[in-house]
Amino acid sequence: MTLGGKEIERAAGFVANDTPKIVTSRFDVEDSHTLVGYLATGGYEGIRAALKKKPEEVHAQITEATVLGRGGAGFPAGVKWGFMPKDVWPRYLVVNGDESEPGTYKDRLLMELDPHQLIEGCLIASYAVGLSRCFLYVRGEMAVAQERIAAALNDAYEAGYVGRNILGTDFSLDIVLHWGAGAYVVGEETALIESLEGNRGMPRLKPPYFPAAIGLYGKPTIVNNVETLANLPWIATNGAEAYRAIGTETSPGTRMVAVSGHVKRPGVYEIINGTTTFRDLIFGDDYCGGMREGRTLKAFVPGGGSAPWFLPDQLDLPFEASQVGPAGSMLGSGAIMVMDDTTDIPKAAHSLTRFYAHESCGKCVPCREGGTWLERILGRIVDGHGTTRDLEMLLEVGETICPGEFPHAASERLGLEAKPFPYGMTTICFVGPSAFAPVHSALTLFPEEFRDRVREVSDDDPVASPVGAVPVELKGIGAS
Amino acid sequence: MTRLHAANELLAKEVIARYPVKKSALIPLLHLVQEQNGYVTNEGMSHLAELLDITSAEVLGTCSFYEMFKLEPVGRYVINVCGTMSCQLLGADELIHHAEERLGIKVGATTDDGLFTLERAECQAACTEAPCLQVNYRHEFRVTHDNFDSLVDRLTADSKKNGSAAIPPHGTLSQTRQQIPAGRAVGAVAPDEVNGPPVWLPIDEPEETS
Repeated sequence: MTLGGKEIERAAGFVANDTPKIVTSRFDVEDSHTLVGYLATGGYEGIRAALKKKPEEVHAQITEATVLGRGGAGFPAGVKWGFMPKDVWPRYLVVNGDESEPGTYKDRLLMELDPHQLIEGCLIASYAVGLSRCFLYVRGEMAVAQERIAAALNDAYEAGYVGRNILGTDFSLDIVLHWGAGAYVVGEETALIESLEGNRGMPRLKPPYFPAAIGLYGKPTIVNNVETLANLPWIATNGAEAYRAIGTETSPGTRMVAVSGHVKRPGVYEIINGTTTFRDLIFGDDYCGGMREGRTLKAFVPGGGSAPWFLPDQLDLPFEASQVGPAGSMLGSGAIMVMDDTTDIPKAAHSLTRFYAHESCGKCVPCREGGTWLERILGRIVDGHGTTRDLEMLLEVGETICPGEFPHAASERLGLEAKPFPYGMTTICFVGPSAFAPVHSALTLFPEEFRDRVREVSDDDPVASPVGAVPVELKGIGAS
Repeated sequence: MTRLHAANELLAKEVIARYPVKKSALIPLLHLVQEQNGYVTNEGMSHLAELLDITSAEVLGTCSFYEMFKLEPVGRYVINVCGTMSCQLLGADELIHHAEERLGIKVGATTDDGLFTLERAECQAACTEAPCLQVNYRHEFRVTHDNFDSLVDRLTADSKKNGSAAIPPHGTLSQTRQQIPAGRAVGAVAPDEVNGPPVWLPIDEPEETS
């Protein structure tokens, strides 16, 4: 079997195939990250087209195109912009380039290989909603992306695309490159704002649910993902109708998806939104080309490390939130992690739970304590020291973070019916529930792998109830 | 010198001027302190507090939250081996074990010659190129045990050369700095001093921003 599409050396991980390209169209152009390369391939045409219109017309165009946010929540960008109060000034744009969801990378490639496209996206958004200050927040660990964006911004300022009186109009915008210092939770938009204010990157208490009303410095603020903004130049040039002609009614356009793990050709692909299925991606010749030689699919994570897992039963679902949600998971940030039949499920789940436990900011107790408990209990099960009581305790701890039923996939093998997304939570942001998601999926979909690993204990066994699991009797003041 | 030296202090002032509120410059400036010294020094933090009109406790409060900021000296090269799922599925644990053996240190430690610090990192956004690692936050993809050995050899040789090595010492991220030409800058205005929409917005109020 020959795999279709081509791998591009300068864009390690990216595979170009014949599907329409909106945001990755320049990835195989040698100097796509330079101003010269960008201008030679239609660059800054979008902002020229936008500047000929009134700001509210540009806003209406983006709303009509329905660019679903690519950071994870999938909220349409134009609608999000519309949440800003009418008469509060100034407004700010914060670009979320703090990409760090396990399994996800697309923003890094967009920043490294086509920084001007992102800059142009910022220009269009800023013009549409009326703001003159934009902060481009890049993840701290991405030295190359910072380098490319710094160089691109310097060139764009010099050439008059950014700064005062852009392209000879009244429109003026400063774009300030800012970068983080290593904290996953800062990808949460209110934590991103805290970090940008020079504080510890902890999410803000909600409501307000969107920083559009009260954001940076307490002012109306738009926070958009890198890929979301990278779509805007194409839409401004080609129109909302052309954008909606790709993909489906509810999920128009394309999106970037990274498929990693036990497949023949792991890669980042730009796919048609809404119609491409998980089977296409994992088994299609234009994509990953199937599992490694002689191996079969065991399970996959459909939408980044925070997403409940899917089984081969769910392969034919398309990239469409309205179908993936009821099936028990989410599309999240466009990251699929594939596990074959050699996978040690508890260990794989542990690698994700460890991530979220490590990245908890410590603001909400259920996440700070619960995440650590989940990580430790799972760790001891993986190491062969677990008991049957530990399995119950994992679910009890999960219950404190996510009360009620937790979503999961259907399984023909186990006779399980799907429990739809989303879940209840006792934390401000999704880091806590994300620590539980892999634990819950692994325990629900592969119970035998845990049962085989733990020692049977009865309730009166002294080691069966480690410290902390014993109900505490209230004594003294306040206890009746 | 552990405070910012003169050229960097000038640079710091330029960076501060880009933000409507000074404290926003704190994280970029902590990176600058780390770039100058290889780690974040106490004197550097006090200096930032002076420049930003905040207390040194506030500086430390922010600094200690972010794991890229090192409060003690680390090796010239900080090697972060990714251990999250995609890398774990493809041999990250074995790679970390091999790295420990090769460098003769445990995760979290620095070699005696001060060249290498080994860390276990979380997802580095290169999941299709697993297992991956970063040296001073620059990626290495699909790292085999042999690749790791030759990487260590290469870095050891690089460190003995004078002048610019491929990977700068720990603390330096982008080697290109953003420059906003004075004549092109819109300028940062304190949030409370802006009380109307920008000029290009056709709204009834005649107020202007900057």
